[in-house]
Amino acid sequence: MRAFADTEEFIGTLEQAGYIAERGLAVALLLMAQLKRPLLVEGDAGVGKTEIAKALATAHSCELIRLQCYEGLDVNAAVYEWNYQRQLLAIKMRETQASSLAEKERHVFSEEYLLQRPLLQAIRRSQSPVLLIDEIDRADEQFEAYLLEVLSDYQVSIPELGTICAVSIPHVVLTSNGTRELSDALRRRCLYHYLDYPSYEKELRIVLRRAPGIDERLAGQIVTFVQKLRAQELQKRPGTAETLDWAAALMRLGVRSLDATPDFIADTLACLLKTREDLAAMPPTVTARLLAQSV
Amino acid sequence: MNPQRAVAVGLEGWQVQAGFATGFSGRIVEFVRLLRVNHYRVGIREAIDALRVAQCVDILDQRQLRWALRSLLCSNPSDWKGFDALFDSYWQRQSTGAIELTVSGRIERLEATAIAGRQAKTVNATDRRREEAGSDALRVGASAHEAMTRSDFRLAQLHENTWPLEQWIQALARRMRKRLLRRHHIRSLGHRIHIRRTVRRSLTYGGMPLDLIYRERRRELPRLVLIIDVSGSMNAYSYFFLRFARGIIDAFQNTDAFAFHTRLVHIVDTLREPDRHRLKEKLAWIAAGWGGGTRIGECLQAFNREYARRLVDSRTFVFILSDGYDTGAPELLGEQLRRLQQRAKRIIWLNPLLGRADYAPIAIGMQAALPYLDLLAPAHNLESLMKIEDMLLRL
Repeated sequence: MRAFADTEEFIGTLEQAGYIAERGLAVALLLMAQLKRPLLVEGDAGVGKTEIAKALATAHSCELIRLQCYEGLDVNAAVYEWNYQRQLLAIKMRETQASSLAEKERHVFSEEYLLQRPLLQAIRRSQSPVLLIDEIDRADEQFEAYLLEVLSDYQVSIPELGTICAVSIPHVVLTSNGTRELSDALRRRCLYHYLDYPSYEKELRIVLRRAPGIDERLAGQIVTFVQKLRAQELQKRPGTAETLDWAAALMRLGVRSLDATPDFIADTLACLLKTREDLAAMPPTVTARLLAQSV
Repeated sequence: MNPQRAVAVGLEGWQVQAGFATGFSGRIVEFVRLLRVNHYRVGIREAIDALRVAQCVDILDQRQLRWALRSLLCSNPSDWKGFDALFDSYWQRQSTGAIELTVSGRIERLEATAIAGRQAKTVNATDRRREEAGSDALRVGASAHEAMTRSDFRLAQLHENTWPLEQWIQALARRMRKRLLRRHHIRSLGHRIHIRRTVRRSLTYGGMPLDLIYRERRRELPRLVLIIDVSGSMNAYSYFFLRFARGIIDAFQNTDAFAFHTRLVHIVDTLREPDRHRLKEKLAWIAAGWGGGTRIGECLQAFNREYARRLVDSRTFVFILSDGYDTGAPELLGEQLRRLQQRAKRIIWLNPLLGRADYAPIAIGMQAALPYLDLLAPAHNLESLMKIEDMLLRL
């Protein structure tokens, strides 16, 4: 087994898919395929957790199935649901037919009337898809416990149909923003990666990759400025997604260099700072100082 | 793993023994054990996986081993942050003896503080014994039980056997849980039809909705966060507050506890100590106080910055147990409380001094805090703690 010999190659594949990964993450992703275990990615908002799954799907050239978690998410929305309207219609239509009751019931509870939700879809594909379970911390504890069961056995039981086993084991990526503490059991079940804010070099590469046509000098200034901004005492620090938004906004305004048009910084700062307190904490004098350090 | 690679690894400066295969596997297993000692949640299964992983990484490249093991063995941000240091200290030492030292060094340090704490406590206790021997006589009650519920905690600490009182505190927390659950149950009896299940059930009757199914609201207990002042001025109370926190943690799933004086410390793991004698010692060490004043504002700032996002949401009750004597800036305290209030459902300040007849909350810290509190209540004896439960239901 030499699964990790091609780490470099895999990083290249990910980069082609539009994702700049550090080697630690690439190793974790390879390990995930090797051990057939889910990967739990934690980190602040906007550091590119969700993007990992998208890039992974492109890299493996397989389907991406996404399950967005929210408070109150239940099995009906995540795994399966019967199509009640169609079932009712079918019963009405068959009322006059001379088939037995058991037969009618079997018909109504056949796969034809089963609505597959993301978790069930993911285990029934012939080629392993990437299953992204986004913001698992938003779901309730009950759902987390259920998910743990699915992720360890890769099977789902539906009372009317029986147990459905996985055709292929999906590549599962879970993301968490840390709004709730996850259970130890789930954490132990998963591989773990903590995604930090990117370094200057990495972020610069991301900007150059994702904002095509950007002037290299401007990109450098943008990244330096954002990195300096992150070091400030802020309520919500800007993530990579915000950097890209800002870069796009500046390009749209036709900015060539940050120092030539300092006014634009104040105008577009809303791309980076998303709360009133943070905006108030960064008056033009402060941004001018940060800018002076950046160019 | 073949012998050739063993030689290659040796050239890299790694420790190589004669029986390399067992040596290397042994080292991996030992590394997992080291992590376990350092409170990583790893067990035998992780050790087996680690061995599997070690077989497929390129062991010439130490970084790959590091990254692979890091993903496998870490399970939360604090594990992640500490991993590199542990990895380096383990794999870059020539002998394993040094590692044992790291581990035992940690324990020794712990014991040193423990002893210091214990000494501090004895001094405090004797002081107070002399000081308050007179007021002890003031306690007159109809029964032993009543005396216990009514008497101020600062007097209780004088007695050798605080166990009955502690049991009461523990039972109190359990009762709170029971009543809250009951209240939730009553509230959830509202009549809303669960359409999906009703339709599902009606299939039996050919689509006629004969059985109506009602929606049951999920039972959700409030989440509690306790922030306990253990500074010098709270000395007489902090032990009982910590004991109360322990009861709450046992009874409610979603609880977190912090202690502070000039610094904020997360104490949930300490509070979970199962052995009651050891728990008592540990609590006494924490409660002994660390001197050097109180910085409520700064500690709340630290809380807001590092924990609030994860622990506090719109269902959370934040309890601050403090006498409000703050040596920091009152503006900071107000500002941090304002932020916390935006996040939390309720902020409840329990002040033991309120139980004294002649006390008014005029301390500057208390004044700055007042506008942002949903409730300021006394907490000097069992009776006042019991009232918290009613307040929780009403808030």
